[in-house]
Amino acid sequence: MYILIVGAGKVGWNLARELVEKENEVIVIESSRRRYEVVEEELEHSILYGDGTELWVLERAGIERAELVIAVTGDDEDNILICQMAREKYGVERVVARCNNPRNLQHFELLGIKPAISATDLILRLIEHEVPKYGLVHLLDLKEERLEIIEMEVADGAPADGTAVADLGLPDGSLVISILRDGGGFVPKGDSVVRAGDEVLLVLDIGLEDTVTERFSGVTPVASADVR
Amino acid sequence: MFVLVVGCGRVGSAIAKSMLAEGHEVSVLDENPEAIALLNRGQDRSWEDLGGSFTVGTALEIDAMLAAGVDQADAFVASTDGDNTNLVIAQIAQRRFNVGRVVVRVLDPGRARWYAEQGLQTVCPTQTAIELLEAAVRGQIHFEGVSG
Repeated sequence: MYILIVGAGKVGWNLARELVEKENEVIVIESSRRRYEVVEEELEHSILYGDGTELWVLERAGIERAELVIAVTGDDEDNILICQMAREKYGVERVVARCNNPRNLQHFELLGIKPAISATDLILRLIEHEVPKYGLVHLLDLKEERLEIIEMEVADGAPADGTAVADLGLPDGSLVISILRDGGGFVPKGDSVVRAGDEVLLVLDIGLEDTVTERFSGVTPVASADVR
Repeated sequence: MFVLVVGCGRVGSAIAKSMLAEGHEVSVLDENPEAIALLNRGQDRSWEDLGGSFTVGTALEIDAMLAAGVDQADAFVASTDGDNTNLVIAQIAQRRFNVGRVVVRVLDPGRARWYAEQGLQTVCPTQTAIELLEAAVRGQIHFEGVSG
């Protein structure tokens, strides 16, 4: 696959290395002369010096035949522009953008740049996962499909505590897909009994969170548990 | 009308001042608090005394744009020193806040042309300079002192 990476910072450089190893044809564009010289020692002819938001630089790098463009500069506006031009001007089918400031994710979304990946946002999600005080963890949001997968800890005295899955009274559009207990996990049947301390994974329609949360925590959440 | 100018350099501040003088409501957003000096320069009263408003903040931050009144704006001028910033905030103003009149300064003729084709009103000072200079070299136009 022919892959164009814009930005030879830590992310861009390491991505290039890995992708070259997986036998892709990779070209990296870097706009800082000093950085270019450092990375060029290793990547040699696979790196190009120039401003990757300039059309002629992108064209010189062969953007027209790129199958994937990865924009990982330190500037969100640059990453947005690169991906926008790659897709809309040069017809590149797949783009991946780095989003430096998670607050800018909405701009990527507005302008149709996806996937946009924010390391800060990912770390925040991991914190949610590791710190159970937030109760509800979003494992996966499938926005277009309007589905989400969440994880919840069953609280002492919650309606679900001691109840069989079939009797949980969960709304339509929600399903318990696994129960994590004592370091293991299993896919429950209707007669599997949920206990306090269990971590339950559910798939549900967006919007059912509050109703579902109530069954497992016993309290109606005041605000969304999202840390953002 | 209500005009929001984002980026208060030579260009942005000049547009803001003339719009205010023409009686429009003008709000200026810039990340540098010192930039207000350009709005005060050459005026008998301060920018804010004259009725202009000035917000300090980063253009890409929605909160700053809202504080500067983007959701009320009839016209939006993107005149920061970054082409890419201008192109992104102009699209946000147009698509998210439905600002009716959006103008963008883009120094790079390549990007200016392509985004103009996509429906943005771009002004490219570089292209304008090239055309004027070429015409002056050919003798097609002649101006005393500074053009315009």
